[in-house]
Amino acid sequence: MTMIFGVPLAVLSGQLLIGVINGAFYALLSLGLAVIFGLLKIINFAHGAMYMLGALVTVVLFDLMGVNYWVALFVAPLLVGAFGILIEYFLLRRIAGQDHIYSLLLTFGVALIIQGVLTNIYGVSGLRYSMPDLFKGGMNLGFMFLPYYRAWVIVVALLVCFGTWFVIEKTKLGAYLRAGTEDSQLMQGFGINVPLLVSLTYGFGVMLAAFAGVLAAPIYSVTPVMGSNTLIVVFAVVVIGGMGSIGGAIITGILMGVIEGLTKTFYPPASSAVIFLVMVVVLMFRPNGLFGKEA
Amino acid sequence: MNNSVNSTDIHKAIVAEQKAQDRKKMMVNGVLLLLLLAAPFVLYPVFLMKILCFALFAVAFNLLFGFTGLLSFGHAAFLATGGYTTGYLLSNYSGLTTELGIIAGTLAATVMGTAFALLSIRRQGIYFAMVTLALAQLVFFFYVQSDFTGGEDGMHGIPRGKLLGVLDLEDNMNMYYVVLAVFIGCYLLVQRIVSSPFGQVLKAIKQNEPRAVSLGYNVDRYKILAFVISAALAGLAGSMKSVVFQLASLNDAHWHMSGEVILMTLVGGMGTLLGPVVGATFVVNVEYQLAQGPLRDWVDPILGGIFVLTVLAFRSGIVGEIQKFMKKNLG
Repeated sequence: MTMIFGVPLAVLSGQLLIGVINGAFYALLSLGLAVIFGLLKIINFAHGAMYMLGALVTVVLFDLMGVNYWVALFVAPLLVGAFGILIEYFLLRRIAGQDHIYSLLLTFGVALIIQGVLTNIYGVSGLRYSMPDLFKGGMNLGFMFLPYYRAWVIVVALLVCFGTWFVIEKTKLGAYLRAGTEDSQLMQGFGINVPLLVSLTYGFGVMLAAFAGVLAAPIYSVTPVMGSNTLIVVFAVVVIGGMGSIGGAIITGILMGVIEGLTKTFYPPASSAVIFLVMVVVLMFRPNGLFGKEA
Repeated sequence: MNNSVNSTDIHKAIVAEQKAQDRKKMMVNGVLLLLLLAAPFVLYPVFLMKILCFALFAVAFNLLFGFTGLLSFGHAAFLATGGYTTGYLLSNYSGLTTELGIIAGTLAATVMGTAFALLSIRRQGIYFAMVTLALAQLVFFFYVQSDFTGGEDGMHGIPRGKLLGVLDLEDNMNMYYVVLAVFIGCYLLVQRIVSSPFGQVLKAIKQNEPRAVSLGYNVDRYKILAFVISAALAGLAGSMKSVVFQLASLNDAHWHMSGEVILMTLVGGMGTLLGPVVGATFVVNVEYQLAQGPLRDWVDPILGGIFVLTVLAFRSGIVGEIQKFMKKNLG
């Protein structure tokens, strides 16, 4: 068997694959956070809960109505996104213009409520969701085994990430969004409905999280608390990448997934902490993050 | 010239007014002190000590959040570090007297606070919150992996020992008065800090940092010092808590604990001296009462609801709202 640094190649590439997949989830989640933060200046502490909701809705829809994976891929993010818009409209809007810290505290409270209520209903032991038949099995690449589903997650996550980046940075809609946050009064003067834009942006960021949740449902254990620890990791990813940067969030997300995978191979005890360690190092040398602008 | 009002009169009037207010404050504090001294004869001392420890934790946090305007989302790390250090030393070195264990725990939290401060102080607002949160998470994972903390099981059977080798702390009444004395000392210290020139600079930084910079203050230094003091007091709270309960667990290091101390401070009234104490009393009681009743599984969502309500409806907290009310109607 081929060995690399004393580790069998198959093990190394297997861990790398898991790393890339985790990285794809980090990228989707930190992208949603970055969109919401970059455009609305809201730190969405409920992001992990929204990710969890995406997965949970997928499972529950299947159990209750037999809704299949492909439908869930669209319906679950839409439902959760609509829920997010309600939160924006009824709660976040009331503290617009206040210190940003309050949005963090408010969404933290919202996350506690959502997670607490669902924990009482579904428990914490994890719900089962079976893989769609199409994705069962995988292919042998010679040096490693690649399950189809994992390949699909990587591809679709990257597509969604790139699409989001493109819309925000390169299209007219994206320009409106960016302009609306620069000077909302002026934009309203031009006849753009800025409050609507804000609601939709928040809803979209939440949808990204829920989409990640649907992707996660077949491979991770679906529990009401699955988002809470992931969220903290994603916060660290966002700090490493630099808050303002959409592209930075994507690249850093995948990079951190890979680093985590490598750590799991070479020094397992540090694997859950390594991202936070990277963050410390980055903060020492580049306080604004790898891709952040000067604050 | 026959100016009916001269400046010395005004000065006298102001001084008299100030004195009257100080007297009123002294009265209130005196009554509170008497209540605290008498409390363990009526209520269960361990429960009271729990409130006092969390109150100290919240007072420490408030020095940073309420008075300096820095939201740390990582204060659990200091609470846990104080608790674990004290617990480890007292469990493993039987020659150590209790106060030395507590001092060591406080020092450990101080050192960690310094490291946190140096790494995070250049960030502001929510960035600062996220960086402190991530740093605290790093500490959390360290404690999960370490053997000396007992991992998921926690550290049990920490001996309370004897204060200065004389006063037996196994006795709950003795323990209570020690905790109370430490708490009052720290409360007065924070009161002193807040009203000192140093505290005034902290408030200035909170209100308008660029102006504080332009006035020539090295704001980073002030913020670091405030952070370190806050971390030290939080560590002290953790140390005492581990001695009182003879237990230190991962709960104290988890980021939920960092959220809880924010809730206590916010509900009580951030930026007021008494607020965190009232908030801690409130939250500890709510948790305790809920845990007794049919809603015991609903503690988290109810706390979340209180969070949301506080942020939306009364951001000044209990003490802040009372102060506003008094000013409007009595002042």
